[in-house]
Amino acid sequence: MSAVSLSQIVKRFGDYTAVHQMSLEIEEGSFVTLLGPSGCGKTTTLRMIAGLLDPTQGDITIKGRRVNDVPIHKRNLGLVFQNYALFPHKTVAENVAFGLNYRDVAKDEVKRRVAAALELVQLPELGARYPKELSGGQQQRIALARAIVIEPDVLLLDEPLSALDANLREDMRVELKRIQQSIGVTTVFVTHDQTEALAMSDQIIVMSEGRVEQVGAPEDVYNTPATEFVARFLGASNLLDARCTESAPGRVLLDLPGFPRIDIPKERAPRVSGPGPVRLVIRAEKLHLKAPGSPAEGMLSVDAVVGNVDYQGQSARYFVRVGDHQMQAVNMIEDHPFAEGERVTLQFRAKDCAALPVESRP
Amino acid sequence: MSIEQREARQPWILLTPALTAVTLLLIVPLMFIVVYSFWLKSAVGADTPGFFLDNWQEALTDRFYRDILLNTLKISAITTIACAALGYPAAYFIARSKGNKVVLLVLLMLPFWISYIIRTMSWINILGVSGALNSALMWIGIINQPIQMLYNETTVILGLVHFLLPFMVLNIFVSLDGIDTNLEDAASSLGATRWQGFLQVTLPLSLPGLAAGGLLCFVLSAGTYITPVILGGPRDAMFANLVYEAIIGQLDWPLGSALSLLLLMVLGVLVLIYNRYLGMAQLAKGLG
Repeated sequence: MSAVSLSQIVKRFGDYTAVHQMSLEIEEGSFVTLLGPSGCGKTTTLRMIAGLLDPTQGDITIKGRRVNDVPIHKRNLGLVFQNYALFPHKTVAENVAFGLNYRDVAKDEVKRRVAAALELVQLPELGARYPKELSGGQQQRIALARAIVIEPDVLLLDEPLSALDANLREDMRVELKRIQQSIGVTTVFVTHDQTEALAMSDQIIVMSEGRVEQVGAPEDVYNTPATEFVARFLGASNLLDARCTESAPGRVLLDLPGFPRIDIPKERAPRVSGPGPVRLVIRAEKLHLKAPGSPAEGMLSVDAVVGNVDYQGQSARYFVRVGDHQMQAVNMIEDHPFAEGERVTLQFRAKDCAALPVESRP
Repeated sequence: MSIEQREARQPWILLTPALTAVTLLLIVPLMFIVVYSFWLKSAVGADTPGFFLDNWQEALTDRFYRDILLNTLKISAITTIACAALGYPAAYFIARSKGNKVVLLVLLMLPFWISYIIRTMSWINILGVSGALNSALMWIGIINQPIQMLYNETTVILGLVHFLLPFMVLNIFVSLDGIDTNLEDAASSLGATRWQGFLQVTLPLSLPGLAAGGLLCFVLSAGTYITPVILGGPRDAMFANLVYEAIIGQLDWPLGSALSLLLLMVLGVLVLIYNRYLGMAQLAKGLG
């Protein structure tokens, strides 16, 4: 049985449809991320699961119970907000104990569970402080403690890391995942940050304009994007117009002017049905810049000229010209980065490429 | 001059116009009143300058003044509570309404475009013997004779509430509007009903606004004199009416000065007590 299931959910605000016909099954104990740019409907979806918004159509089920008509305070959910939303007039301990006061929990049991929750988020000393005396990262940990102390059926996280600065965000990401795994709570995480999504999730749901673009494990979504949107949104990708000339069993052969023939495994092009125009997807970090004439063991190679170089310390992002195509490549820097105007050989493996049918979007 | 010196002077330069105005228009006249209160009114001719305690003795010992002072405080307290009870839901509604907040706030301010006296007198057209309410009741047939509804303490309170409600609503609105709506959502997600969430979270966080609005309503009603004149009966005089009567009616400036200083001191002490026990500064700190 799924912990959370959405079936045919539609949410309209007046004439605007925020979520179109969305269906989703979230497994018990899993960490699922709704990923997409702002306005894609991910927060709306989360708020519908939470009970803060009512779906226009469709059913929401939590642990087998249809919750459309169950008010938020009876859904037993943990909710964590981007801005922490701690009660400023209550101490940390009172904040964490808040939810327990509405459940039949004895007084010393409340004390014990609050202490355990603070222990879990590694802030056992701060119970007597007020939220404004804490740093942003600490406040977010307390918000998390407050949400999990009630042992919710589902933990809902609405961009919980976005308000933190970069270093802290990475620490909290690891911390959040550790806590989630240690208590095994089903978690729905909303973010626009692909790094967070890829690092933390068991499953990623990529959304765009109120529709689900792809559902899959981080690796699948990253390596085999189902749509052009996913290819562009996750990581830096090169999308090139190509032609499928032949679709043999298990293989797809692509022709692209100026490139050698590219022979892609069928599982990297599941939606390409036969000969015709396709889009070739190559991740920027799968394109390797080499000195001209370098041996290419098992790799395809093509001549290119380096354009702009975006130096990033250990790596660099190169914008290169291959015939008429502009492409980008992200490479680790060995000795020196390549310089603008340098002639290079671009090398890549056919099995690192993916192909998509050409989409006709309205 | 060094940069530090210039920076240290800047606030004082900016404050000068305001401080000048406060000194000339408030402090200096107040000092005049203080001095006046120790003079003596003579039966004929100019008042006698000097240091006499007669006015203060009269103001502090005459039961008549004490009763009216207590009654004034009672009316102010009832008015303040009524304003809070009526104003809080309105302020909550405005703060939580989406989009048309500005329109609602303008509507709230609209009465201020009409003179306070006219607004107060409008009650005569509503509650008077030939007013709207009596006419309606007689037309329906519930009563045969018009009822005298005006000129009592209730209508004075009614008029004061009418006058002061917007101040209360605005003060509560400002503090409600500053409360993150996620806090209520967080409370409900943790199992609190909307009402429990309101009592536990929203209400305590809006107390500074409620306290400020309450203080404003109380002080303004304790100092009012137009409303009892227009809507009160002969026995509904409030303390400011006594001051008016002493100064304008009997031309007794020394006694009027002592009475007005007495009211000022009573209100000042109440504000201090209020601040001490409702701990507005404390609450403001809690909001960080």
